[in-house]
Amino acid sequence: MISLAGRDILHSWGKFVFTGIGLGLLIGVTLVMAGVYRGMVDDGKALLDNSGAELWVVQQDTLGPYAESSSVNDDVYRSILAMPGVAAAANVTYLTMQVRRGQADVRAMIVGIAPGRVGTTPGWPPYLVAGRQLTRGHYEAVADIATGFRLGERIGIRRHQYTVVGLTRRMVSSSGDPMVFIPLKDAQEAQFLKDNDAIWSNRRRTEANPAFNRPGAPGLLQAVIDSQAASTVVNAILVRLEPGHAPDAVAESIRRWKGLTVYTRTQMEGILVGKLIATSARQIGMFLVILAVVSAAIVAFIIYTLTMDKIREIAVLKLIGTRNRTIAWMIMQQALALGVIGFVVGKITATFAAPYFPKHVLLVPQDSIAGFFAVMVICVLASLVAIRMALNVDPAEAIGG
Amino acid sequence: MAAHGIVIRGLTKRYGSGDTAVDALKGVDMQVAPGEVVGLIGPSGSGKSTLLKCLGAVIDPTAGHMVLGDQVIYDNGWKVRDLRALRRDMIGFVFQAPYLIPFLDVTDNVALLPMLAGVPNAAARARALELLTALDVQHRARAMPSQLSGGEQQRVAIARGLVNRPPVILADEPTAPLDSERALAVMRILNDMARQFQTAIIVVTHDEKIIPTFKRIYHIRDGVTVEEAGEGRALPPGPL
Repeated sequence: MISLAGRDILHSWGKFVFTGIGLGLLIGVTLVMAGVYRGMVDDGKALLDNSGAELWVVQQDTLGPYAESSSVNDDVYRSILAMPGVAAAANVTYLTMQVRRGQADVRAMIVGIAPGRVGTTPGWPPYLVAGRQLTRGHYEAVADIATGFRLGERIGIRRHQYTVVGLTRRMVSSSGDPMVFIPLKDAQEAQFLKDNDAIWSNRRRTEANPAFNRPGAPGLLQAVIDSQAASTVVNAILVRLEPGHAPDAVAESIRRWKGLTVYTRTQMEGILVGKLIATSARQIGMFLVILAVVSAAIVAFIIYTLTMDKIREIAVLKLIGTRNRTIAWMIMQQALALGVIGFVVGKITATFAAPYFPKHVLLVPQDSIAGFFAVMVICVLASLVAIRMALNVDPAEAIGG
Repeated sequence: MAAHGIVIRGLTKRYGSGDTAVDALKGVDMQVAPGEVVGLIGPSGSGKSTLLKCLGAVIDPTAGHMVLGDQVIYDNGWKVRDLRALRRDMIGFVFQAPYLIPFLDVTDNVALLPMLAGVPNAAARARALELLTALDVQHRARAMPSQLSGGEQQRVAIARGLVNRPPVILADEPTAPLDSERALAVMRILNDMARQFQTAIIVVTHDEKIIPTFKRIYHIRDGVTVEEAGEGRALPPGPL
């Protein structure tokens, strides 16, 4: 038996191809939307992977350092280092801001990393694609390639200029902002240090306070002013464990003895995926539902129109003895063919368009497979209206009268 | 070879019920022998289309008896279970417009019926080509319907009606859109095919050009048929 659907498609291929392309663009957008969500999750996981930490120690009762602000004194890490099971602990600061690049600015996450070296000190970028790691205590930076900086370029952060000495790839925040690594002290200053006017004003206020400016204690005022100007706070302490120690057990120990909140890798993933990008995920989910409904409506409308155009032929086919299921299968095959054309166009569109999106779009094969089956199901459902109409066609219509 | 072409006795068809019931057919009798071509003539509203639909097994008669070939189709309320297969295997249709399937080429338009009946594609196409050759349209076998002239389309439609060797062909105004010459050519082809394949052909028509060619004519008026002899005028040779 010949394929009636195949012949009809070949006969009116232009209509099918152009409709398929239109549908394909819609499917492409759907795949990209799914890719945006996957990209957000991937960014979050990359952030955790690249930190090199197994535990995140943050301010008590906060979801820091990524989902909420968190402040921890920068000397706490020493006591954590002394705890059983802790192999390495290092302070870290995170600050998302606009950094200057010549006359323009770039949004980036500034990461302050503690002195040390790659592989032993958590927080350091694990690999570079060009240049070298930070070796000096001040005014050097390692930037992600997505910032657009090149080696030797100058980055303006607050009041200081930093020289780019190394470049990384795929070092991004959970919201996709590329990272710029600078020495911890510089980062603390960038994050917590006030501007000159504010410092001057603060000094005047402190001097005016009789509790600090006592005639009998001449060194007290300067000590208070110095402590106000110093930055002794970090956002979190990244901890790496010794082999054989369970993260939950060490985390519980730090919580108990240090009065801080500690997250394991699993918990931190839960915060990033379940809280930080949950709203975005729901938003994307809504878009996916809308796009699915629109796709179904388009397929249904096209197949319905194509079937309407063939009412007389369908009546003739029924009159000459064609089975209902042959006619139904013909219509369904056309809907499925439209879906296949649309999916192929959509997949190609998404693959080629994804790199041009400003945010990381991760197209995973599972999504493509799920998308393909979803498109097929949508096409089958969309063809039901046309099939119902075709089955209701009276063969007597071919005779007329 | 079928013993009968088509035989109907006392065929009635009632639409609706009670006070609003309409008797479209009031006991139609008709008999067409294999190889015979008869005309069915009647004004609008006479029951012509209803009779055609009953003959075509598209609607069920209310009562009466109908035999196609050797098979009883209706017998006072009883009917063959699979009317769809009956239409496919035992009735050929030729319409006023050819109604060819636009996305199938000429061969597959004709071969579709045997394919639907389960005949392998190659055998179905061979059978279609044989008929297309008999109708002198084999040179357009790979053409699409839109590439054919009106006469060629009608010949392909006749081939489609004949391809399953049905005992009966119902032709509904097959010459209406054609000029005299082509209309007579269609009638000649139908007569030739009826003789060659021993098919009973009923031609429903208003066409004054072809009415004189029938040897027998059934007039239908107010749901009742009256048989009369036709002129049986000879059909001139000539291409369609």
